[in-house]
Amino acid sequence: MRASSTDLPVLLPYRSPAGIAPSGLAAPILLGGATLACFAILFGASLALAQVTARPAGESAAAVLMRWAPLIFQGFLFNILISFLSMALGTVVGVLVGIAQVSVVAPVRGAAWGLTQFFRNAPWLVLLFYAMFLLPFEFSVFGLTIAFPAWIKAIIGLALPVAANVSEIVRGGIRSIPSGQWESAESLAFTRRQTMWMIILPQAFKRMIPPWMNLYAILTMATTLISVVGIQDGLTITRAALVAESRPELMIPMYLLLLLMFFAYCYPIARATLSLERRFNVKA
Amino acid sequence: MIAAYFERLNETQGLNFSVFYDAFDRGRFLTGLWTTSYICVVAIAASLALGLLGVWLAGSRSRLARLLVRGYVQFFRNTPPLVQLSFFYFAVATLLPTVSDGFGGRSPLVSGTGWAIIAFSLFAGAFNVEIFRAGIEAVPSTTVEAAESLGYTRLQLYIHVVIPLAFRICLPALNNNLINLVKTTTLAYAIGVPELLYAASQIWSESFNVREMMNVLLITYVLLVAILVFVMGRWEKAMRIPGYST
Amino acid sequence: MASRHQLGEPVVIVEGVEKAFGALKVLKDVALTVRRGETVCIIGPSGSGKSTLLRCINALVPISRGSISVAGREVNDPALDKLALRRDVGIVFQQYNLFPHKNALQNVMMAPLHVLKQDKAEVEARARMLLAKVGLSDKLATYPGELSGGQQQRVAIARSLAMNPKVMLFDEVTAALDPETKKEVLVTIQDLAAEGMTCILVTHEMGFAREVADHVYFTDGGVIVEHGPPGDLFGTPREERTRAFLDKVL
Repeated sequence: MRASSTDLPVLLPYRSPAGIAPSGLAAPILLGGATLACFAILFGASLALAQVTARPAGESAAAVLMRWAPLIFQGFLFNILISFLSMALGTVVGVLVGIAQVSVVAPVRGAAWGLTQFFRNAPWLVLLFYAMFLLPFEFSVFGLTIAFPAWIKAIIGLALPVAANVSEIVRGGIRSIPSGQWESAESLAFTRRQTMWMIILPQAFKRMIPPWMNLYAILTMATTLISVVGIQDGLTITRAALVAESRPELMIPMYLLLLLMFFAYCYPIARATLSLERRFNVKA
Repeated sequence: MIAAYFERLNETQGLNFSVFYDAFDRGRFLTGLWTTSYICVVAIAASLALGLLGVWLAGSRSRLARLLVRGYVQFFRNTPPLVQLSFFYFAVATLLPTVSDGFGGRSPLVSGTGWAIIAFSLFAGAFNVEIFRAGIEAVPSTTVEAAESLGYTRLQLYIHVVIPLAFRICLPALNNNLINLVKTTTLAYAIGVPELLYAASQIWSESFNVREMMNVLLITYVLLVAILVFVMGRWEKAMRIPGYST
Repeated sequence: MASRHQLGEPVVIVEGVEKAFGALKVLKDVALTVRRGETVCIIGPSGSGKSTLLRCINALVPISRGSISVAGREVNDPALDKLALRRDVGIVFQQYNLFPHKNALQNVMMAPLHVLKQDKAEVEARARMLLAKVGLSDKLATYPGELSGGQQQRVAIARSLAMNPKVMLFDEVTAALDPETKKEVLVTIQDLAAEGMTCILVTHEMGFAREVADHVYFTDGGVIVEHGPPGDLFGTPREERTRAFLDKVL
């Protein structure tokens, strides 16, 4: 059935949320602060509880936490580093694949589409495993053997789904540019390549930013997966700390500490994404 | 016949797709597949219920209820699911009492699979709350006013007008979230739940056919997701409102 | 031409109504009387509170001060039976009027079925009759998304009529339509008025107001600046503001 467009719309266009719109609450900053406060209260409460139930001869729970906190934070920073590198690699590849998805050459378009769908539909952990196991642990170039460290393999492994998602974002961004732009460019004798790089992409770029930022937040949270394939990160350090101390009452505070760090990093990104989305008025 | 083909493949080419010819491996693989599917189905159902509950509370008069929902959504959306899972399985689980397992030992109240389901439901539920809320907000206010003016009570309005419309509007985003949930179930590997990835890892660690198993695993997941995408797509089509296109 | 039939006793009485949204006073001391069978048009610049006034009349928006009575019922009475009021008052909005997930016939049938709990066969028969009356008997199974704006508005009118109202309110129902489709809706409203329905229209269609209205109210800044028969208001407006507005739009 042909979807006719009426002169009087029947339903508002739907915008899927990139972040959280605090409708009905006064200030967004207050909201984030409120959650952070809840977090801190929870954290403090669990710490206090740990303190109270601590073995009398041992260190106080807060002191233990203070001792381990810098190390956990370093691990967390490593997660962030991985996220930067992976995002960079994935974005570069993803943009190229995304442009290929709108190519006029059918085989290129089909291949790009297939690649995108494949890597989007595969679980991130499986792709990580794939990269870790199937990339050689060392390779030789010009007679030199270079070790392929695990964390670089992890970056490649995480970059795969990132590239696929970036490709989708790019495709969506390009398609959201009205066809009038293509037609005007064509009538001004621009080649397709010129149109793409000089007219379409600059306009589409703005629209791609909110979903791209959203993807980055997802990637940052996914970097903890590298702990499953044996790379030291914030989560492994937290676990190691708990094992080293072997005090069950410390478990909740320590995990909450790590969660707090991620929250403090990802929540502002989510808010910035939301405000950018509003500013660009984009269907993310 | 398939089994024979793969056995021959192994002997001649060294490509060991043991799941196809070895009954034990196949059994493990299928058990893993079953566990994954089980986790997916239960988590999807629970996350939908959580989403509905959350959106109902978010519209409540009580400020506390609203803040609670917002806090829940913020927490689960902005922290890594793997850390959430670890938090539940390692930290929260130790707080709970243990039960006797009938063999003279004690086992935890909630199994690893149980915690996985709980953690994933909470994670996906948080996203669902947002998706449902956006869907409800996308119903135009005059449509709601028109229904109110026709005499519909608040409840009738929700049942006959708002929810049917909001649901159709947010179906694509909802499908996306459910697909993500299916992919997230692989995290259960980290806590030793015998799901698909775990089963595959056991097979390849014994038969040393990492490359083949990886490919089988990848393709299986892509197929699983493709099936879900297909089912959701059909459902979307069935719910389509004629004449309305985004 | 304005309706020539007998006008009955007042059915909508608005007195001293004030409405404030927070600090913003949208309506300030509004008074209005509509008699049975009368067609009243409310004109004025945007933001003058016209739409809010309509929404106050059918209790979608509570008033801050004053009183509104419709068919003997006090709208601002907290013990008001809203269902009874909404049986008496029908309203058609500018857009997003219909339920997009139901076809035209179902749209018209829904309220009598769910709200009034009437018998399905009766409701269907009446719905078909109403849709035929607005000229859409060939569009019973079409969905709002497939109807033009004018057709949608006519279905919306039929849907409100299904509840057998005493008063019909129209909130700028042709403002979002293009000129060809405007006419079919205005003709429908004109026929409705000619049959004796009490109509209150908020509109920018000055031609329609001049021809069809029995009485015209001009609002600006939340007050009724002037009112009178269309011939008087359009021909010889008393107030300066009225004159200025009419100069701009005519």
